[in-house]
Amino acid sequence: MPEENNQQAKKGLTALLGEAQEKAKALKEKALEEARALQEPEKTQLYRSMFRVKHDDTPRSRALGVLTNVFFHLHPAKINRDAVRYSFTWGMGGITFYLFLALTITGVLLMFYYHPTKVQAFRDILYLEHDVPFGKLLRNMHRWAAHLMIITVWLHMFRVFLTGSYKRPREFNWCIGVILMVLTLLLSFTGYLLPDDQLGFWAVTVGTNMARATPLLGHEGPFGPQLGMTPYNDVRFALLGGSIVDSNALLRAYIWHCVAIPLIASVFMGVHFWRVRKDGGISGPAPVMLESEIKEPKGPVPVVLRPSGMQ
Amino acid sequence: MDWHQIWENATKPDNIPIAAMLFLVPFYTWYGLRQAFHTDRLIAELEADPQKAKTHHRKIFPFKPGWEREVHTWPYLMRIEFLAAVIVTIILMIWSITLNAPLEEPANPNLTPNESRAPWYFVGLQEMLVYFDPWIAGVLMPTLIIIGLMVIPYIDTNPLGNGYYTFRQRRIAILGFCFGFLVLWVGMVMVGTFIRGPGWIWFWPGETWDHNALVFEVNRDLPDLVGITSTPGKFIFGGLVVGLYYLATGYALHRLMSITEFHRKIYRRLSLLQYLTIQAFAITMIGLPVKMLLRHLPRAFGLPAIKYIWVTPWFNV
Repeated sequence: MPEENNQQAKKGLTALLGEAQEKAKALKEKALEEARALQEPEKTQLYRSMFRVKHDDTPRSRALGVLTNVFFHLHPAKINRDAVRYSFTWGMGGITFYLFLALTITGVLLMFYYHPTKVQAFRDILYLEHDVPFGKLLRNMHRWAAHLMIITVWLHMFRVFLTGSYKRPREFNWCIGVILMVLTLLLSFTGYLLPDDQLGFWAVTVGTNMARATPLLGHEGPFGPQLGMTPYNDVRFALLGGSIVDSNALLRAYIWHCVAIPLIASVFMGVHFWRVRKDGGISGPAPVMLESEIKEPKGPVPVVLRPSGMQ
Repeated sequence: MDWHQIWENATKPDNIPIAAMLFLVPFYTWYGLRQAFHTDRLIAELEADPQKAKTHHRKIFPFKPGWEREVHTWPYLMRIEFLAAVIVTIILMIWSITLNAPLEEPANPNLTPNESRAPWYFVGLQEMLVYFDPWIAGVLMPTLIIIGLMVIPYIDTNPLGNGYYTFRQRRIAILGFCFGFLVLWVGMVMVGTFIRGPGWIWFWPGETWDHNALVFEVNRDLPDLVGITSTPGKFIFGGLVVGLYYLATGYALHRLMSITEFHRKIYRRLSLLQYLTIQAFAITMIGLPVKMLLRHLPRAFGLPAIKYIWVTPWFNV
């Protein structure tokens, strides 16, 4: 009896082992199958939840790749074949935007190490330059990117003028661009004071002294004194938060530089890019128009006030 | 020739962008105008041959029938943008590793440096202070520059040259803008940076910047030069001269605007408001170089330079 029992137990054990082995095999198969599936990550749920559309090598999915991406959909799906030529656009608008992004990132990192107070501002710069890891590189990059951005803004405007791209229907976007250029200069100028060194202090002193001479609103400007302007209530006082460049001026420069102007500029940039698309995308290179093809204006309505449909 | 002085000015960290502009601006001017002249040759060809004008694709870039007129943004544009971002980042990295941002001593209101310079992009305005009072150079002119730029699309009634480089079809517009941007703006930045030394004294390139240099400038007001001494007399005389300048320059500009049949055609498209706006901004812009010449030219002949033209108790021009 015990032998039979033993044999039965052995049989049961082999069966159990066999079953376990089979299950293990099946599990291994499944695991391998899942691992193989990972070789095509674009078919996983995780991937599809992120990217939403298939990225096959078809014209349709190339277009969708641009149009369905929140960052890329600023672009149209297709553009004029000659518009991608560097010689036409010089790429200055895009580079300006890229520099703005680079300045935002380096600027936010710099803000971690900077206090806009007379006691600490200059020391913070020394600390950045000598103790913060890569602090010097960070500050250098922020300054040189700012200078570069001014040059690229000017060259962008120069190119837009040379290709006549401000003409109808892009008149208004040119105006937005001029405002953005002014904001770029103001961003750079407000940043100049922040290290609180001789260079920035005197440059801002010279710059804001101009405001004294504002006609009507400055205490040294034409008709300013007659309107009751003094050093303590004129437009320069409003800019500096005082009659001299001091702690209030530093704080004002800081807030304009880090918060207010970047926000305002971002709004204008949004409108600028949106209008580029709405006004028909990049202006050219357009087919040339000949002198003989100019249509004579109709009627005595001033051109500037004429409804947009009329030539 | 003080080469050391030139080297010192060109390599001051904050002057590096201006030194870069010395190459970038002429390069891009050439780059744009070269395409403009290329287009102009095509325009001349098409105007001479109406049959060709009907069939030609009208661009300076090659095009063959059957080619797609448009290309996909991905990858044809976005790869360029990506490449541009990488290149700009590399340039910025190298620039930041090799060159330190300037940092001077802590701000000290009691220690005025001999050159209180505006940031380089405003140095052109600072140079304007030599010729005009602060309310004009520092407030009025910048405002007029901004407004003047913004009205450009509304006063340029020339429908040609929309979306392609051309010189022939937009001579006055291109020359006018180049004069304003290249000569008056970038040029003045260069003068303010590389020519104006301590005390804002004019040092030619190669001269040593002498911190003790003194220049006794003999500047006279125009009314004084012609012997008018009374306050109302100066007011009336100056007003007349400025008014006369506006009329004379306006007449010259009017002749320029109707110089050829093509320009007369564009002129006829102008409303009165547009015409007056062009005149007002153009005459005021030309006032700057005129005032500069009045300061520099007499001195070259040993005559007293002219400071103000219109002297009043409230403002001077």
